[in-house]
Amino acid sequence: MFSNILIYFVVIPLLMLAGVALSRNIKQIRAVAVVGSLALTTLSVYLLCSYLALRGNGEAMQFVEKWDWFKPLHIQLAVGVDGISVAMLILSSIILLTGSFASWKIEQPKAFFLWLILLSTGVFGFFISVDLFTMFMFYEVALIPMYLLIGVWGSGNKNYSAMKLTLMLMGGSAFLMLGLIGIYYHSAANPADYTWNILEIVKNGSISKGWQYFLFPMTFVGFGVLGAMFPFHTWSPDGHASAPTAVSMLHAGVLMKLGGYGCFRVAIYLMPEAAHDLAWIFLILTGISVVYGAFSACVQNDLKYINAYSSVSHCGLVLFAILMLNTTAMTGAIMQMLSHGLMTALFFALIGMIYGRTHTRDIRLMGGLMKIMPFLAVCYVIAGMASLGLPGLSGFVAEMTIFVGSFEHADWFHRAFTIVACSSIVTTAVYILRVVGKLLLGPVQDEHHLSLTDATWWERTSTVTLILCVAAIGCFPNFFADLIKFTFSPQIFSVLGMN
Amino acid sequence: MGTIIWYLIPALVMFCCGVYGFMTRRNMIAMLISLELMLNAVDINFVVFNRYLYPGQLDGMMFTLFAIAIAAAETALAIAIIINIYRSAKNIDVRDVTRMKF
Amino acid sequence: MDFIIPLLILAIPLFNFLLLGIGGVKMSHRLAGTIGCIGMGTVLVLSYYTAFNYFFSGNEAFIIDGVRKAATIFNVTWLEFTKNLVIKLGFLLDPISAMMLIVIPTISFMVHVYSLGYMKDEKGFQRYYAFLSLFSFSMLGLVVATNIFQMYIFWELVGASSYLLIGFFYTLPSAVSASKKAFIVTRFADLGFLIGILILSFYTQTFNFADLTNNPQNVLLSTGGATFLGGSVLTWALVLIFTGGMGKSAMMPLHIWLPDAMEGPTPVSALIHAATMVVAGVYLVARMFPLYLMEEFALQFITVVGAITALYAAIVACTQIDIKRVLAFSTISQIAFMMVSLGVARPEHHEALGYMASMFHLFTHAMFKALLFLGAGALIHAVHSNNYTAMGGLRKYMPITHWTFLIGCLAIAGIPPFSGFFSKDEILSACYSQSMFWGVWMSIVAGMTAFYMFRLYFLIFWWDTPDYSHHHHKPHDPKFAMSFPLLFLATVSVFAGFIPFGEFVTWNGHEYTIHLNTVIAVTSVVIALLGIGAAYVMYSKKNEWPARLAGLVPWLWTAAHHRFYWDEIYLFITHKIIFNGICRPIAWFDRHIIDGTMDGFAYITNKASVAIKGFQSGKVQMYVWWYLIGALLLGAITAVCWM
Repeated sequence: MFSNILIYFVVIPLLMLAGVALSRNIKQIRAVAVVGSLALTTLSVYLLCSYLALRGNGEAMQFVEKWDWFKPLHIQLAVGVDGISVAMLILSSIILLTGSFASWKIEQPKAFFLWLILLSTGVFGFFISVDLFTMFMFYEVALIPMYLLIGVWGSGNKNYSAMKLTLMLMGGSAFLMLGLIGIYYHSAANPADYTWNILEIVKNGSISKGWQYFLFPMTFVGFGVLGAMFPFHTWSPDGHASAPTAVSMLHAGVLMKLGGYGCFRVAIYLMPEAAHDLAWIFLILTGISVVYGAFSACVQNDLKYINAYSSVSHCGLVLFAILMLNTTAMTGAIMQMLSHGLMTALFFALIGMIYGRTHTRDIRLMGGLMKIMPFLAVCYVIAGMASLGLPGLSGFVAEMTIFVGSFEHADWFHRAFTIVACSSIVTTAVYILRVVGKLLLGPVQDEHHLSLTDATWWERTSTVTLILCVAAIGCFPNFFADLIKFTFSPQIFSVLGMN
Repeated sequence: MGTIIWYLIPALVMFCCGVYGFMTRRNMIAMLISLELMLNAVDINFVVFNRYLYPGQLDGMMFTLFAIAIAAAETALAIAIIINIYRSAKNIDVRDVTRMKF
Repeated sequence: MDFIIPLLILAIPLFNFLLLGIGGVKMSHRLAGTIGCIGMGTVLVLSYYTAFNYFFSGNEAFIIDGVRKAATIFNVTWLEFTKNLVIKLGFLLDPISAMMLIVIPTISFMVHVYSLGYMKDEKGFQRYYAFLSLFSFSMLGLVVATNIFQMYIFWELVGASSYLLIGFFYTLPSAVSASKKAFIVTRFADLGFLIGILILSFYTQTFNFADLTNNPQNVLLSTGGATFLGGSVLTWALVLIFTGGMGKSAMMPLHIWLPDAMEGPTPVSALIHAATMVVAGVYLVARMFPLYLMEEFALQFITVVGAITALYAAIVACTQIDIKRVLAFSTISQIAFMMVSLGVARPEHHEALGYMASMFHLFTHAMFKALLFLGAGALIHAVHSNNYTAMGGLRKYMPITHWTFLIGCLAIAGIPPFSGFFSKDEILSACYSQSMFWGVWMSIVAGMTAFYMFRLYFLIFWWDTPDYSHHHHKPHDPKFAMSFPLLFLATVSVFAGFIPFGEFVTWNGHEYTIHLNTVIAVTSVVIALLGIGAAYVMYSKKNEWPARLAGLVPWLWTAAHHRFYWDEIYLFITHKIIFNGICRPIAWFDRHIIDGTMDGFAYITNKASVAIKGFQSGKVQMYVWWYLIGALLLGAITAVCWM
């Protein structure tokens, strides 16, 4: 079992949990968190290299292995990765690393890191699983700690937000579970062969079209709630606003990606016919998300709300592109996940750092921070530029891939929605520049802010790492595009029967 | 089959008495006694049905024994609770013990 | 040609940006300035070398049988969308990009040098040079783009560096809002550009300029006659792409950002908002000119937009008080000249004279307008105000500035032998050869140009000398770092007109000899002299004429002074309609309807449980009653059903 590299993505977090539990002081906890997440990052980079070496062998996924867990219900612990999951694993480990740095001075560090690492265990487990049941289990493992993390370490109206977030996501899970069980009962022609294993379900291809029409919306909505699809997105602004820094980072950076990833891996991959026929419904919803999130962000005054609505818009674009069902757009979607994950983590890290100093997130009460904390301000501008799609940073390449891919559909329905989605580049510029102008530039608003200090070394580590990643994707997009596209080209689209 | 009814009627009467007592008595000990009445009525039914309908088997008898044992344990528990209530409230009127609600 | 030198042309400014941007904090002003100037100087030498190599080497790759060819020096895959749609980053050398390789580094180097003096004591000096380098990198990348998407990439980058430089004095709210406005307005235009690219690339399956322009017939065929709302998709694509150009080149109605962009440091205005970035729109149209020739409507659209903008900006320029704004509106007007010139260019009239004229004017305008802006910078430096009301009689105090400024004004007014005369004359000939109407229209605008430029000139250097005694010292000419660029550009502005431009830059690469059309030349000189004469009469000495004239048609003067209320219209649209009419209702909808629904579910669940919790009364005997009733009911139902 331990000969498979993937299993270490769950083992290391579990060891970290033990390490944190045994730590006696905050220094040891930090050491465990940093060393563990560095190990995870190294592991994911190593995985990337070995994946690249292996990927030409004609298999849909690499490092595939399965162990029986509960035979009567055919539940297995089945693992396997393709380019998309590798990308997501790298993203998650980087965000865990930077998140650890960002929560350097958290109160009650032991409990905080225990829950945070448990959350990331769920995340890593989710991305390596190819068994629907364990996937769902890890998904829930990632959700539950969120309630405590927000409820205990959060700020503002945290009880309400934590409850709302958990209940809405649980509501999504209920749909999802129905869908997954439905898939299980149609996973093979013969009840003895029923399976939760995605690869086998695809091979069997025994979900009838009628059932697909029923199960596709279930799973898509189930994951879509986590992907902040309109109108199930309202947990996101409140949740992000109340969550502590590292949790916002992980949540917006990684957890919301679980939604998009799941929509692709489960809903579309397993039920391509229904996806093809029903995509238009969700295209409308996600198209609304894109524009709606952007417009809402324009008039918010709380930094975190602005960013949360911006996430709604950007994640809407992810789902939007996935539903376009062609290689280019879907590649763009995954790149947007990476890009948005890094960039929004950077945003939330910076907002946390600014909030930690000024004790307010209301942009009307701040101004001229560029003068007071130039490092953080410059990082914020870079994050903003990435968000509004400046070439050379990650947002641009992802969005352009999405738009070019979406435009491959020649009918007016897709065209119109693509153009509507394109228009978000303007709205994004509006709200980003509004924040930059009010928060960072202009005269100093509050005399008390003049005595504030700039970033500490751990904060610099966190932000610089994220900026470097954002710039890496932005400057060398073809490496990432190729990593993702390779996954789509031969196997998946033979299943989907599309170009 | 004519004779079975003569066993069932007393059991029914016992059960109804038990129900009536359980619903009308305010004293918890009395309610407990009513509960015993009901349980025993059911036990009689078990034995009778076993004896008359499936004479070759012992399931009903076993159930009865089982129920008696459980009833004993349950009575002990109930009395312990009642004594504790009495200690704190100096009263075992069931109408006064309504704190366990909502 | 070797790829090292072209690569260095792009790499040096980028490297300088990173060096100064990251390490600048630790550098002294002198070191940062030196690094910036040396870097740009190297780029200047290298790009002159490249351009001269292109024009004069006679290399097979560049010229075959007297026809100049486009040569791709290198082209590296950057991002693959599909097999055909690939973004490459490359270096295209053709007549117009080679010309831009002269224009951009020249102006940029001059501005780098000038800024050594102008920005000397400003905080953030290193940052300033970093941004200048970023801008130079982006602008050079834009002009040498081998494909339309590379152009879009650098297009966005110049927009961003323009944003950063306009907002350089970031503590001033006016600079912040000006930079924001510039970015958002151009972003809006870029949306059109992007959609245009998407449409075009969908049908042609290529981004490459070479594929698009070498065989425009094929492009037309590839659309398969698809139409949308009555226009062919190619028309739509071209008009939308032109929209991007309208944004960057400040054509009506997307011009509003440019006057505000004058909030940036004056050398920046000279570099970005006069000479280089704002002509990107013209360059874009020129780059895709063979395609535009396929769609008559698109060209006419360009002509109309350009002509209206030219007139509008000229009228407004006559009424502005801020000297930089006058220059900004004059820039808008001159760029509109170039646009019109492209719009009227047809191969059947003198081998698309308008194309050559437009590029010629781009070249000369870059020189004299940068000169004017740098001169304005020297003036502002001397009197510490942007308004001409604080100036007057300065010819005695600042002779170098005065003479160079005068040369700039003569050049822009179109007085021979200064460079503007030649290029403007070509533009007017192109207009007349296409239609009398546009010819007359543009001649009038040319006359107004002469008028408002000399109005400015007289108001600054003549008029009435205000009391300068409250200044620390009398206004004086700037130091060498600032006066050298003025002298250099003035020299160029005097002689640039004699360049036989037609031999270098024509729409199809064939050499073409410029003929001065005597009638048009004489007329336009007369018109220009009339304009100058009017300005002389009105502004050479302090008098009542200007006020009396303004009083004659007060509504027109007020409207022009307020730039015909475009800013107010935009403010209304953005704040009242978009912010208050769309964003706020959406935010409200989200808070109250969507959130309300979600909270409503929670509320209903809560209320329902409150409503039924009464059953859990704690009265044990009640439970039994309920149980009994339930059991009996169930029994009864079973019995009924069974029977």
